[in-house]
Amino acid sequence: MNLVPLDQLWVYLSGNPLLSLLATLIAFVLATRINRWLGGSPFAHPVLVAIALLIGFLLLTGIDYATYFQGAQFIHFLLGPATVALAIPLFDHRERVRRMLMPILVACVTGIAVAVASTLGIGLMMGAQSETLLSLAPRSVTSPIAMGIAEQIGGIPSLAAGLVLLTGSVGCALGPMIFRWLDIKDPSVQGFTMGLAAHGFGTAQSFASLGAMAGAFAGLAMGLTGMLTAFLLPLITALFGF
Amino acid sequence: MPLIIGMSVLLGCQFLGELLSRGLAIPVPGPVLGMVILLVGLLVNGQVPDALRKTGEGLLRYLTLLFVPAGVGLMVHFGLIRADFWTLVITLVLSTAITLAVTAKVLDWSARRYVGRKGQ
Repeated sequence: MNLVPLDQLWVYLSGNPLLSLLATLIAFVLATRINRWLGGSPFAHPVLVAIALLIGFLLLTGIDYATYFQGAQFIHFLLGPATVALAIPLFDHRERVRRMLMPILVACVTGIAVAVASTLGIGLMMGAQSETLLSLAPRSVTSPIAMGIAEQIGGIPSLAAGLVLLTGSVGCALGPMIFRWLDIKDPSVQGFTMGLAAHGFGTAQSFASLGAMAGAFAGLAMGLTGMLTAFLLPLITALFGF
Repeated sequence: MPLIIGMSVLLGCQFLGELLSRGLAIPVPGPVLGMVILLVGLLVNGQVPDALRKTGEGLLRYLTLLFVPAGVGLMVHFGLIRADFWTLVITLVLSTAITLAVTAKVLDWSARRYVGRKGQ
């Protein structure tokens, strides 16, 4: 029996989608354990820990991102149907959504305007490069939407996707503190706010810690914010002179 | 079988959404339009079929995992991130805090104003 040399085996494995798919799942399981071990701190959000583990793994093994993504795209692809599936919790809570339609629209438009204007304003004051700034602008929108918007207004889609994730975990960390400080107790208001400011992260956290009603409102906010931002953002960036 | 049916419905809605988005050059991404299409479909149908609920809720339970592959893409932009590191950190934290506070306040206030009045 002939054993294949290890380096040849590695060349085969590292270029194979199977390895990056497996690594992504294992990293996520590990990250969830690490997060639980750290007491569920939002600064060690499972997604961030998993991303850090995977970046470390890829840098160590010398696999580049394009090769990694060939395997990971199977997971990435599911974002599409998952976004569509948000219609289900929305439908379940349609009565409450209908009753709150007006406040929701008002809050959504205000929230988007504040998110984009404060991002561009603070970024400009701090002297960010315009590419970075335009990739930051759609940061409170869920990544698949943000990538499309960033491309449209002249940012970098994949940088935008990363910044969206960071925004999500910052939002999950800050949200509960701000709600306590402002004395906001209504789960539907909390959920909607989390979905608007922290997209899928906020939605997932709302489902997990505030219940299905908050999760449905977060999903609604995420979808609505995505749609409205796609229309509003080009107008707001034009206002800032880009 | 229910998973296959559920997935077909979700992908079908996404497909229609993509068609609309590309065909009519609407700046809204396909999956979001797909969500709207599914919502309209559910409202017309009046209930969520079991197969669809099983698949959809399964996907939503693992929503966070689905963000990982895109997030690893940050590694391609270490240069840009290093150049603007503090700007990025401060902008992200401050602006997210402001957005959370303003949105929560506005929604809380207008919910009481609109819905509160109707309830009386």
